[in-house]
Amino acid sequence: MNPMMHTVAPMTMMSPGMAPVATPFFFYMLAGLAIAGGVLVIMLRNAVHSALSLIVTLLAVTGLYLMLYAPFVAAVQIFVYAGGIMLLFLFVIMLVNIDRAAKDRRFNRMWPIGLAAGCGLFALFVSAFVKGRALFPDRMMAMSESSNTQQIADLLYGNVDRMGQYRMGPYTFAFEIASLLLLVAILGAVIMTKKKI
Amino acid sequence: MTMTVPAQGHSAKDRPKDEMKETPNEVPNRDLSHSDSHLDLDTPEKPYLDANELIINMGPQHPATHGVLRVILKLDGEKVLGTECVIGYLHRGVEKIGENRTYAMFNPYVDRMDYVSAVSNGLGYCEAVEKLLDVEAPARAKYIRVILAELNRMASHQLWLGTHALDIGAMTPLFYTFRDREEILKIFEKYCGARLTTHAFRIGGCQYETYAGFEKEVKNFLKFVAPKIDEYEELLTTNRIWLQRTKNVGVISAADCVALGVTGPVLRASGKKWDLRKAQPYAAYSEFDFEVPTGENGDTYDRYLVRMAEMRQSLRIIEQAVNGIPEGPIMAKVPKVIKPPVGEIYHSIEAPKGELGFFIVSDGSIQPYRVRVRPPSFVNLQALDLMVRGLLVADVIAVIGTIDIVLGEVDR
Amino acid sequence: MPNFITSYFGSTLTPGAAGNQFWALVYVFVIFTGVSVAVMAMNWLERKALAHFQIRLGPMRVGPHGLLQPIADAIKLALKEDIIPSEADQFIFWVAPLIGLLAAFTVYTVIPFGPSEAVSDMNIGILFMLGVSSIGVLGIVVAGWASNSHYPLIGALRSSAQMVSYEVAMGLAVVSAVLMTSMNEKGTGTLSMIGIVQAQQQQGIWFIFKFFPLGFIAFAIFAIAMIAETNRAPFDMAEAESELTAGYHTEYSGLRWSLFMLAEYAAMIAVSSIAITVWLGGWMRPFPNLLRAPAWGFIFSLFPGLTFAGLAAIAVIGTIRMPSHSFFKVQRMGLAGFAAVLGLIAFLLLVLAVAGRSPDASVAARFNAGIGYVYWFVLKIAVFMYLFIWYRATWPRYRFDQLMRVGWKVLLPISLGVLILTAIAGVVVS
Repeated sequence: MNPMMHTVAPMTMMSPGMAPVATPFFFYMLAGLAIAGGVLVIMLRNAVHSALSLIVTLLAVTGLYLMLYAPFVAAVQIFVYAGGIMLLFLFVIMLVNIDRAAKDRRFNRMWPIGLAAGCGLFALFVSAFVKGRALFPDRMMAMSESSNTQQIADLLYGNVDRMGQYRMGPYTFAFEIASLLLLVAILGAVIMTKKKI
Repeated sequence: MTMTVPAQGHSAKDRPKDEMKETPNEVPNRDLSHSDSHLDLDTPEKPYLDANELIINMGPQHPATHGVLRVILKLDGEKVLGTECVIGYLHRGVEKIGENRTYAMFNPYVDRMDYVSAVSNGLGYCEAVEKLLDVEAPARAKYIRVILAELNRMASHQLWLGTHALDIGAMTPLFYTFRDREEILKIFEKYCGARLTTHAFRIGGCQYETYAGFEKEVKNFLKFVAPKIDEYEELLTTNRIWLQRTKNVGVISAADCVALGVTGPVLRASGKKWDLRKAQPYAAYSEFDFEVPTGENGDTYDRYLVRMAEMRQSLRIIEQAVNGIPEGPIMAKVPKVIKPPVGEIYHSIEAPKGELGFFIVSDGSIQPYRVRVRPPSFVNLQALDLMVRGLLVADVIAVIGTIDIVLGEVDR
Repeated sequence: MPNFITSYFGSTLTPGAAGNQFWALVYVFVIFTGVSVAVMAMNWLERKALAHFQIRLGPMRVGPHGLLQPIADAIKLALKEDIIPSEADQFIFWVAPLIGLLAAFTVYTVIPFGPSEAVSDMNIGILFMLGVSSIGVLGIVVAGWASNSHYPLIGALRSSAQMVSYEVAMGLAVVSAVLMTSMNEKGTGTLSMIGIVQAQQQQGIWFIFKFFPLGFIAFAIFAIAMIAETNRAPFDMAEAESELTAGYHTEYSGLRWSLFMLAEYAAMIAVSSIAITVWLGGWMRPFPNLLRAPAWGFIFSLFPGLTFAGLAAIAVIGTIRMPSHSFFKVQRMGLAGFAAVLGLIAFLLLVLAVAGRSPDASVAARFNAGIGYVYWFVLKIAVFMYLFIWYRATWPRYRFDQLMRVGWKVLLPISLGVLILTAIAGVVVS
């Protein structure tokens, strides 16, 4: 069984007595990067720059997935989101004339209301976290990795095939419905873009 | 063939001077909306361009247009709606020069038109003047002319094959064909001193006797090159990518070819069996036994097959010719100063690219009154527009290559 | 010797897994220099091999037989004037080659040159490789945009559309091979690169031969798709010289352009190593099961030394055949020196192979085994590189719509079919 982490986790595994130093550092760095990328998406004038900031955000989120011991989701995030969906975003931006949009006002006139709504939502999240902390004691971020190497190994080992088992087991129906939805979307796109059927 | 003095006005000598205002430099930037261009640009009924339509320019400098040819393409996305060729970048005024040179002095100029197959050009011109003079080259000269002309056909087709394959993306056949073409050029150099612009023939026959070892070298060449043609075919003829790039690309029917005046391998690949060497034999071709290959569909692949078959037939002709060169003089009795009687003549031969014709009008003096060249590439290029309608941009390059044009001939 | 150096020799884990930063860094450094040198060697090989296919000689002057030509090219490119179009987007123009380069080089973290000779062995290794390759496509799109010119943009969009289309076929071909890894008693497979090779080792058959011809068809699909993925002939319409669209790297000059070429060659090596790991047994020597006797093991362990000895012999013959004119003195000395270096490496490898045979030389045996693994892997990569060059010399190029048609209408259905048939075969056989 090979733990998949970067050289971050092994540092703690080599010296079990040390408190984990790098994990909060990496979390704050990745989270800060994600937030900064998100802010840049809406603040930059050039649409292509915004798309690139969104890619930065997505890669930061990938790192966060890795820290949550979900390597499969992280890989799919890179593969599908950053490598596929963002590519299509860029295609559309580059092929459609968006020069006109760059000359418009950057921010909507209703921005105070938007800011208030965002703050309200943030307050809701914080209160939910604080009040509900008691409900999920074993999912806390402060899990000390040095003593739970076995738990980590269990989490990481068979991550992919456990997902496969879930996909073929309890969640088969949901998965098939989702793929049917995608099929309908593909058919719709093909029909709309063909000039004659 | 009339014998009267030609009427006024057909030669540039007689045209009033102020008529010749429009210089070639004005042509490329002319306002296309006023011309009777079939691209239908900017007519009052239609808006200038639809959303998807695009006019792009394959400019004079382009690695794939085989010279300085400018092609204006009107595209719908990627499909070609129409083309317009702008030529004249290589115009040197050869026909005008011809009016100021004696008949023998004009001979070297003729090579520079289709510089790839200079021997054929010389053959056509010399035979045209000989017809005007009503002399006939002796039999030995005719055989030498046939051998050199067929060698030149082989060299021209080899160059065509290399560059055409390179345009489609196969970069290796170019080197193979050029290596084998070297042998032909060596023979030319030994015969007349030049590889490319050979000036091999004179009015009335040939000037140079065949050098010692000529027959042996030609026979060695035949033995050398026959397996090489198989090598080229092995690389391309059954290659699936080559087939996909050339089959059903640039189709033109035989009726369209005849209507446009397209001749040569393009016409033969569309199914019409017309070869001037058989239809109006000249220079000892009637004594040889060879076939005229034709195609069926008139697409690029058929033109490729036809030219490959023509290469093999050329080898056949050369073999028959070199085995039976008659003895005798190589030059007919032609006066030192060539002054043909008043009259006009049109004589055409089957150059590698098509029907190459010379229309010479003589007014009795030592310089022709008018020399008009009917270049095969110029006439064949008109078929480009018909061939590329509906094709993609990448195919345009393949079709230009398959018509086999040489800009020296198109522009003169 | 400090423990963190020697602990690696006795372990069966990759440095990343064992938490050994020293060896991980050593590997990263070795891979970085190795890939750079490999790209330069590939450049030389491409020019020489193409030239020989076209009956010419290729570079002969810069160094004996042009061996120093890539260095001269690198110096020239580095010294060239860095031209940035004035209307171009400065930041994106700068960042585009970096994206491609990062994507191309990050992939090497999971490539296993041996059972423990990799930087780290992720348990989603193959998915990581395919995913990071798809980030490289973004670099191309952004490069075409940054040039602020119509033709590079169209060329970039075409290139990226082609790469994305063939990624689908690649992924499906890989999936059918990963399916084969699960045909053991436990019934579970693995996505980790080392695990895939070990599955081949354990099942005793290279996956290209498994359920013949299914494994072979899957390999063929991947081999075709990887050529299209790296924009090489016959799928190089987007960057061909004689076409109208001039390619995404038109406006780049000097060092920036060389970064694109570096990324392209590195990507070629990366996708070849995916193919080798998944179908051709990775680091395993040929015939691991048919020729199982220890004597065969010893014979195969002599191969690295013999290969270098053969190369040294070729260099010596080249030295002898060089014209004995005074102009060639420096070249002759250079080639002789090169032959001497190759011969020395051959000698050391042969000594190591012989020394590793004795049972009480554990360090030598470990070195020997490691070198053997790396050697077979690199040899297979070299074969693939030669195939890439061979294809470029021989075939014309596909038109763009034909290219997309092949990717979607031919490769995708076949790979789906292979996947289903492999699953059926696996169920039937077990």
